[in-house]
Amino acid sequence: MNLWRDIKGTLQPFWVTLGYLFKKPVTIQYPEEKRTPPPRYRARIVLTCNPDGSERCVACQLCSAACPVNCISMQAAEAADGRRYAAWFRINFSRCIFCGLCTEACPTMAIQTTPDYEICNRDVLKLVHEKEDLLIDGCGKDTEYNFYEHSGIGVVNERGGNEDEYGPVDPKSLLP
Amino acid sequence: MTTVLFYILGFILLAATLMCITRRNPVHAVIYLVAGFFALALMFYLLGAPLVAAWEVIVYAGAIMVLFLFIIMMLGLAPQEVPEGPGWQRWLPLVLLSASLMACSLLIILQDPAAGQEIPDFYLAPQALGEALFSRYAMAVEMVSFQLLFATIGAFLLGRPLPKGEDQ
Amino acid sequence: MNDLLISLVLILVKLGLILGVVLTMAAYLVLAERKILGRMQLRYGPNRIGPGGMMQPLCDVIKLLTKEDFVPDRADKWIFLFAPGLTALAALLSFAVVPFSPPVTLFGREIPMVVCDLNIGLLYIFGLSSLAVYGVVLGGWASNSKYSLLGALRGLAQLVSYELALGLALVPVVMSAKSFSLNAIVMAQADWPNLLRHPLAFIIFMISITAESKRTPFDMPEAENEIVAGYHTEYSGMRFGLFFVGEYINLVVIGAMTTVFFLGGWHGPFLPPVVWFILKVLFVAFLFIWARGSMPRPRYDQLMHFGWKVLIPLALLNVVLSGAISLAVNS
Repeated sequence: MNLWRDIKGTLQPFWVTLGYLFKKPVTIQYPEEKRTPPPRYRARIVLTCNPDGSERCVACQLCSAACPVNCISMQAAEAADGRRYAAWFRINFSRCIFCGLCTEACPTMAIQTTPDYEICNRDVLKLVHEKEDLLIDGCGKDTEYNFYEHSGIGVVNERGGNEDEYGPVDPKSLLP
Repeated sequence: MTTVLFYILGFILLAATLMCITRRNPVHAVIYLVAGFFALALMFYLLGAPLVAAWEVIVYAGAIMVLFLFIIMMLGLAPQEVPEGPGWQRWLPLVLLSASLMACSLLIILQDPAAGQEIPDFYLAPQALGEALFSRYAMAVEMVSFQLLFATIGAFLLGRPLPKGEDQ
Repeated sequence: MNDLLISLVLILVKLGLILGVVLTMAAYLVLAERKILGRMQLRYGPNRIGPGGMMQPLCDVIKLLTKEDFVPDRADKWIFLFAPGLTALAALLSFAVVPFSPPVTLFGREIPMVVCDLNIGLLYIFGLSSLAVYGVVLGGWASNSKYSLLGALRGLAQLVSYELALGLALVPVVMSAKSFSLNAIVMAQADWPNLLRHPLAFIIFMISITAESKRTPFDMPEAENEIVAGYHTEYSGMRFGLFFVGEYINLVVIGAMTTVFFLGGWHGPFLPPVVWFILKVLFVAFLFIWARGSMPRPRYDQLMHFGWKVLIPLALLNVVLSGAISLAVNS
């Protein structure tokens, strides 16, 4: 009967909410209790280093081009051996939306996101992180990758000096 | 004492009604009319009929004036522009009227002029009032209710949807 | 003269006590509502300020007091400024007739535990509740905003319609007490509370008082997702606070009214009468908070249909039935 259904539908929610009243809330009391985000969480951006300890970043500007809010800026410079590096590297975290597009664009795996989400600050200028703030000692998520071991022909190593790399073909010789 | 208070209340009632019919803004007019109803209710109380005073406030100020306001707001009758000049001058009459009403009610409470009078029973007791309405004044009550019924039928006739093809 | 002075002092003391208790209760009902609603939605609610969030009402008041008191352009300024006071005032004044305990004998004087035992106390409460509409309506109209106007219109129509059902639901109560005085109504429930004697009247009363006090699920006048905040959209600072506090004082008033009319007032075993009274008031307040956590808001036309086509005929039927039953029992 319709009336019976209506009365039941009116009273049932009361029973449900009464049940919830005595359940433990799911809220995490933030400053006292903190949740551990998964390792692939996208929060604070860092610049990682090669396994040998040298900087990975080659200042190719791809991350800054990929950034939808234009919060990454840098200036490229070249070392004596022809290896590029960033003279300065700056991320404005007050604009960063933590989309992770920069990490996808990076060819050298230099720029990476970390699970450290607590970067808020009362002074907005302190949210502008310079290269020395961003650079970390470790390799981040990939502990073996080194860009110049695979690519960057003749810049750091002699041509053919990298593993899995053939030497240059001598056009003067007809031998295979 | 009763007579003096009665005339003061009558003056307040007249002044409030006068202010009501001279207001250009219907909502302001309603506010003055409500002040007038309060004066009327106090008058009933002064004459020893607290029940009627209560009904006066509940029915007239609480229901009928509220319906007036409803119609005014629904039809958008209130003017949009607000006149220039300081507002407190426009509301000075209302403040004066309310203040004198307050003074009158304080006097009534302190003096209780209706205390020594001969008051018919049905002025005070709800049960006696009901009995009086449905036995002694049954004819009048019936007549009034018929009048209301006629008014309702008339309103229904005026407001009914016209048959198709028939013009105004 | 001495006697008059003593009774004046007594009345002032009672007024001060009631004002203090009611305002504190209203302030903490805000907190209680937020916490209970939070727990019903599996969250904690405010718990930062003071132990368990107990200082939250104080912070709210400080926040409201320090905010800008804003009057919209082309609003009817004086009505706009005055309207919130009306709502809070009407709610506060209702307490004058509520008896919260049997008379107490102190220094050889019998002191009635009510500010003023009017013999038409019920009508007095009705008059005040119908005057409380003016605060809503004038505030909404004077704001010069379409949302406020819509909220005021809805509030008006809703309050006028449900007041009828409310009045009719109380007729059986008055019938069994044979008086309009709240004291007499409580006295008449010494052995049976009216809840057991008139259960249908109680249901009708609870539904229509929810609509009358504009509380969820019948909070059409301030339906957030349709008309922003209804009649108090344009209000800010302490004037909004007055509307807000008025609503919670109203909740205490409703609790007291329900207690007096249906739950037997101060009557109860073991505990002192005042404690029983306050417990019952808090229980009714919890019922309303519970309903707010459980029920969705109906559509506006559904509300009016329910009021006029279901509730009022039901209330009339109830009046006739309980009249017939009490006649049959008495004769």
